[in-house]
Amino acid sequence: MGLLRMQAVLVLVLSLLTQTVSAALTIEITQGVEGAIPIAVVPFGWKGTGGAAPENIAAIISSDLSRSGRFDPLPDHDLVSHPTEAAEVQYHNWRILNVDNLVIGKISETGAQQYTVQFELFDIIRGTRLIGYSFPAGRNELRRVAHHISDLIYEQLTGEKGAFNTQIVYVMTTKSGGSKVYTLLVADSDGYSPQTILRSAQPLMSPAWSADGKQVAYVTFENKKAEIYTQDIATGTRRKIASFNGINGAPSWSPDGRRLALTLSQDGNPEIYTMDVGTRTLKRLTTNSAIDTEPVWAPDGKSIVFTSDRGGSPQLYQVAAWGGTAKRLTFDGKYNAGADFSPDGRKLAMVHGEQGAYRIAVLDLDTGLLRVLTDGRLDESPSFSPNGNMIIYATDAGNRGVLAAVSVDGRFRQRLSLQAGDVREPVWSPFDR
Amino acid sequence: MKVQLHSYFVLLLLALLAGCSSTGDTKTDGAAVEDHSMGADGGTMTSGAAGAGTFAGYSLDDPNSPLARRVIYFDYDSSEILAEDQQLVSDHAAFLAANSGQRVTLEGHTDERGSPEYNIALGDRRAQSVRRAFELQGVLPEQITIVSYGEEKAAAEGHSDAAWRLNRRVEIIYQSY
Repeated sequence: MGLLRMQAVLVLVLSLLTQTVSAALTIEITQGVEGAIPIAVVPFGWKGTGGAAPENIAAIISSDLSRSGRFDPLPDHDLVSHPTEAAEVQYHNWRILNVDNLVIGKISETGAQQYTVQFELFDIIRGTRLIGYSFPAGRNELRRVAHHISDLIYEQLTGEKGAFNTQIVYVMTTKSGGSKVYTLLVADSDGYSPQTILRSAQPLMSPAWSADGKQVAYVTFENKKAEIYTQDIATGTRRKIASFNGINGAPSWSPDGRRLALTLSQDGNPEIYTMDVGTRTLKRLTTNSAIDTEPVWAPDGKSIVFTSDRGGSPQLYQVAAWGGTAKRLTFDGKYNAGADFSPDGRKLAMVHGEQGAYRIAVLDLDTGLLRVLTDGRLDESPSFSPNGNMIIYATDAGNRGVLAAVSVDGRFRQRLSLQAGDVREPVWSPFDR
Repeated sequence: MKVQLHSYFVLLLLALLAGCSSTGDTKTDGAAVEDHSMGADGGTMTSGAAGAGTFAGYSLDDPNSPLARRVIYFDYDSSEILAEDQQLVSDHAAFLAANSGQRVTLEGHTDERGSPEYNIALGDRRAQSVRRAFELQGVLPEQITIVSYGEEKAAAEGHSDAAWRLNRRVEIIYQSY
């Protein structure tokens, strides 16, 4: 690579020991809650040097639980007492406040930059302790421990796996001097601790996680044309996967990680292909003079949903992963594109255009019913959480692109506003990242 | 078809005007350079056809040349070249056809609305429209490279119709050697 090009594309290795950078995060609750579990999360006790713990664990837990749409945490000023261990809990105090559950805990400093985090979850109605755990954590692990605690609480009370200790990848554009800088970042799923994994002077788009969470595929224009690369997140090692004539776009990993579905226009117009990542063999799935793009694998690996305007305007279609006749899926409205599968394979999130507004909608594949979840004008790039409970997407706030999350039942919406640059194309990681 | 008529006139006029150069910046092929003013009476031919002949002699750096305008705009969700741009497309095509060593990149763009990868395909479709118009006028396929940026490289910021209109475009980028 020429020197100029190396300067244009700078890869920053995602080191496990990287210092966390806290993004200035504004969480705005944009919609009310009904039917959510009332819960009290008491600020954790602190034993150590300095006036307060380095992270507000209770606030992180509270924010996680409310973002799921399933919980309604009591505001701090309504808390009548501040127990930090089981012996201090008086159930009748909490029954008066009509909360079903109580979370308490404490953080102790055990060494330089070393801590123990302990929490306990109570059933107020029955007057019993449900679970309690204690974790050792270094300074840089405290936020992830908090998210793990949120997962444990969520699982205990809903019976479903929590998705708080997960990550997102997204594209950010900023201005440096007179020109634009494009970066690919990985952050916690609440928007905190963003880490740059790629920086470029030319556009980056369409990031896609592999199912094992170890790699990201994306489109880059660093060579003045669209190309697809894959990148190992831990080491930063990149591999050029597709640089055919014309469009190389919309990569999507198969669930077994062995193939990528992608869009190529080398045969005349945008078509869907799959590529064996090891052998680089291509298989063409569509042969239609219309636009066919944005492929996404079903979680069972047997079919691919994609966007096509063969019917006159963009709609979603489904084709068997080994090829065949495509079947149309969407019939509501003139614009349905950018699909993402729910982890159970039974729903599709999409960009739905109606009367000049672009919103996020979910199609139930069993019933065929489409429900619009958001009310922005320029919402795009929906991505399901790995437990299928939430959808993250890109929206606009004034003149900037920001990220937002909406619960799948549409009850609760929250903006994740990273106050630096224009943020778009969020993709939620699989579990265990 | 309109484009074919234009081509016919272009070829006819090129044959008639083989000896003319309007600015003298570049030589036409082999013929003596004469100062031949077209004047207002040049309007007996269609202005496009007349212009095409003289464009063979225009410098790409001349800000007064019609070739100085290098952006073609499109309607929402459309890749059809508008009537008001047919002349411009034709002018560039004629120049390129007459200078077969000159290469261009056609960059396709869309406004920000809708899904990003679908917009890559839409931008590509717009650039392909211009390519087809060029090739109908004799531009060689190897002269043309196409790149679509979809909504990724907006010319105008903002969420208004005015900004969106400026972003739905194809840019003609002349390659230097």
